[in-house]
Amino acid sequence: MITLTHYLMLAGILFAIAVAGIFLNRKNVILLLMCIELMLLAVNFNFVAFSRFRGLLDGQIFVFFILTVAAAEAAIGLAILVVLFRQRQSINVEELDAMKG
Amino acid sequence: MLVTILFYSFAAVLIGAALGVILSRNPVHSVLFLVLCFFNAAVLWLLIEAEFLALVLVLVYVGAVMVLFLFVVMMLDINIEKLREGFARNAPLGVLIALIVIVELYYVLWVRRLGIEVTGGTAPLPENYSNTAQIGAVLYTEYVYPFQLAAIVLLIAIIAAIALTMRKRPGQKVQDVAHQVSVRAKDRVRIVKMATEREP
Amino acid sequence: MSMHQLCLLIVLAPLIAAVVAGLGGRYVGRSGSHWLCTGGVAVSFAASGWILKQMVDGAPVFNEAVYTWAVSDGIRMEVGFLIDHLTALMMTVVSFVSLVVHVYTIGYMKDDPGYQRFFAYISLFTFSMLMLVMSNNFLQLFFGWEAVGLVSYLLIGFWFKRPTAIFASLKAFLVNRIGDFGFIMGIAAVVYYTGSLNYVEVFERAPSMLGLEIFLTPGEPSKPITLICVSLFLGAMGKSAQVPLHVWLPDSMEGPTPISALIHAATMVTAGIFMVARMSPLFELSKDALHFMIVIGATTALFMGFLGVVNNDIKRVIAYSTLSQLGYMTVALGAGAYGAGIFHLMTHAFFKALLFLAAGSVIIAMHHEQDMRRMGGLRRYMPITYWTCLIGSLALIGFPGLSGFFSKDIIIDAVKHSEIEGSSYAYWCVLLGVFVTALYSFRLVFMTFHGRERMDEHTREQLHESPWVVTLPLIALAIPSVFIGWLTVGPVVFGDFFAGSISQGAHIPASIIGEEFHGPAEFLAHAFASPALYFAFAGIVTAWYLYLKRPDLPEVISTRYARLYRLLVNKYYFDWFNENVVAAGARSFGTGLWKRGDEAAIDGVLVNGTARAIGAIAALVRHVQTGYLYHYAFAMIIGLSLLLGWMLLKS
Repeated sequence: MITLTHYLMLAGILFAIAVAGIFLNRKNVILLLMCIELMLLAVNFNFVAFSRFRGLLDGQIFVFFILTVAAAEAAIGLAILVVLFRQRQSINVEELDAMKG
Repeated sequence: MLVTILFYSFAAVLIGAALGVILSRNPVHSVLFLVLCFFNAAVLWLLIEAEFLALVLVLVYVGAVMVLFLFVVMMLDINIEKLREGFARNAPLGVLIALIVIVELYYVLWVRRLGIEVTGGTAPLPENYSNTAQIGAVLYTEYVYPFQLAAIVLLIAIIAAIALTMRKRPGQKVQDVAHQVSVRAKDRVRIVKMATEREP
Repeated sequence: MSMHQLCLLIVLAPLIAAVVAGLGGRYVGRSGSHWLCTGGVAVSFAASGWILKQMVDGAPVFNEAVYTWAVSDGIRMEVGFLIDHLTALMMTVVSFVSLVVHVYTIGYMKDDPGYQRFFAYISLFTFSMLMLVMSNNFLQLFFGWEAVGLVSYLLIGFWFKRPTAIFASLKAFLVNRIGDFGFIMGIAAVVYYTGSLNYVEVFERAPSMLGLEIFLTPGEPSKPITLICVSLFLGAMGKSAQVPLHVWLPDSMEGPTPISALIHAATMVTAGIFMVARMSPLFELSKDALHFMIVIGATTALFMGFLGVVNNDIKRVIAYSTLSQLGYMTVALGAGAYGAGIFHLMTHAFFKALLFLAAGSVIIAMHHEQDMRRMGGLRRYMPITYWTCLIGSLALIGFPGLSGFFSKDIIIDAVKHSEIEGSSYAYWCVLLGVFVTALYSFRLVFMTFHGRERMDEHTREQLHESPWVVTLPLIALAIPSVFIGWLTVGPVVFGDFFAGSISQGAHIPASIIGEEFHGPAEFLAHAFASPALYFAFAGIVTAWYLYLKRPDLPEVISTRYARLYRLLVNKYYFDWFNENVVAAGARSFGTGLWKRGDEAAIDGVLVNGTARAIGAIAALVRHVQTGYLYHYAFAMIIGLSLLLGWMLLKS
């Protein structure tokens, strides 16, 4: 039988892969954004799973809001990316060190 | 049993697609793998009877956000080789961190169990249960203010995205309405008195 | 007119005159202001004289508050008047000398642009001094005390364009602050121990604190009454210029001469003496304070006299003489002979004001030349000045029959018979002081009025006697200088004139108790048996020999005893000490606080140091902020895994 643990474990693996992705593709902003989307998916997995296995609806409402915010974030993030590329002709993270202390 | 088989097969595809996202050389492939991820996730959510979110994930995420990603990735002329520099060098650290996270989560979920029942199935649902109707009932009553806020967040995101990417192109011709309205005749037209016919 | 109104009239007449002349000087004009101020003081003098007469005729002591300023915790702060024999005498002396000086000023200051201001100041001074002597409580005493100090400061610096005058006025003010600090400490102690500011109440309660003990230094008990008396006397030391707070008085001669006569000889500087006499019921209770006073007074009396011998500035010689005479008064107080001290105060007020005004007359004639080495032979040109000055000098040295003779002889006699510790030292000091007094006084007379005419031709041609407004005050002061001693010695010192106002306590020397006194004539005869008279004559003869007979000798002596001479010319190095040790020490202490405390510690370490430390830490920490997106992501993830690990291990 598929239990809560299966879903949580799957979400954990997904999260870990996203983390590894951030480490691997540290220079590519688009891939970083994608990894963040993957992490959010992992989190959403947890919410949905808890909601269903515990029989409470609130978790799914939460996922709904997270999806909204993630969509907004993706839209703004990509807009920034476009502007950035227009300015620099590059999306290499290593060149984006204006905030360096 | 069927559910178990479905779960494991879709989960395997999900993990494979996730790996594909982070490992593929071409960002376009990565986005496509991500789309696959979302599809699999949607199916897995369907398996535990969260139909509404599964469909929203496919329609909104795959249909809008992922297409946006794809569009941007394709539009930008990216030097992929340069961006992948140091990929192999960073791989061991990334794998190590990922393993640590997995081990820790495993320990938490399987060994500690958080003091809750994790071995049971999903909560049973009554006859004629509609996941969408239930979410709607809660969303428009209990969560109406957060719902409005979410709408505002989306509005701001739209405005921000447009404001960020808008640019004035030189040489564009535009009207200045105020200027047009405030024009007076004598600035434009000069009335000249002249003979009706040429002098012989 | 009741006593109450009379007292208000006495203090307010000069005050109103001062305010009108000071603020409206431009409108009342020069003659308007001098008529106004002189008139105001004349009213005060007339009223004071009437009160004195009433008192002598046996009027009761008047002690009444006219205004209550505040009441705090049972302590009443009031303006009030205590009129008894002591006060009446002081009021009359003060207003008389002030009146005479007012008249004299009309002549002395007639060309000065600050004429109205000057009159406003001296009238204000008269008001302040009268407030001081008429007070019936410590607060008003302190008010008068500070007010006369302020006016003294203003008048020493009257010619405010002279840097030396500014310096002298500041010096007087600062040195007096030291004394005033002690004074106000004394008043605070009085309030603390007796809970009252009123004289009569304080005197009533004072004996009850005899049993108390305080520990100023660990393990050594001292009496509060001694603390009070010594603190109060510290104030007197500042105002009455006793060693070592005397340094301001010679420098105060930078002020106009009428001021030197009025404030720095006759009245203000005697405020300390008056105050001690007024507080005699307290001082009687502390033998230690009397001992302190007699030693300080004797030292001042003798050693300040020496300085008068070597100084060549005519006003400064008289200033040192004033210091020396104040020392005599302090010795009298220390010996417990308060009446004798006040008696000397009174006689001294007349003849010292006379000497100063005579010196002023000489200075006018010499066109503001004050160096006696450029004078000489003035006797022929200014006879009135000469004779009055001679009378003043004779009175000062104690020529038999003149006023100074009585007062000084009584003091010497009192010290001889005193049982206070240190009285034998004081006796020799005052006895030798008589010789020194005679020496410098007649040195002044001989150098100024006798001998070769050492001034230049131009000055000699214009030498003439001063106008009547100058000579009249001289004569007016010469008369009491001659007779006041003879007339009043009986009742004032030996009688019971001060019975109600000055304590006749246990320490009073036997010699001045009335039983041995049989009229001034017999006292005069008795004086020929005492050594003081012969010391005085020796002084005159020495002065005559050194400055008329052999004028080359002083030069020889000063070269032979060069070291001693330098010590005297440098005034025992008091100024040097103050300048280089006290002031320089305070300055370097201040610089140290400024440089090390403020700039280094507060500014450097606390203020800028904090900023620098933050800057330094930030300079280190900023390297954490690489600006690379993935570094922040790593930090988050590593933090997450650590947090998870910690939660797991925590069991």
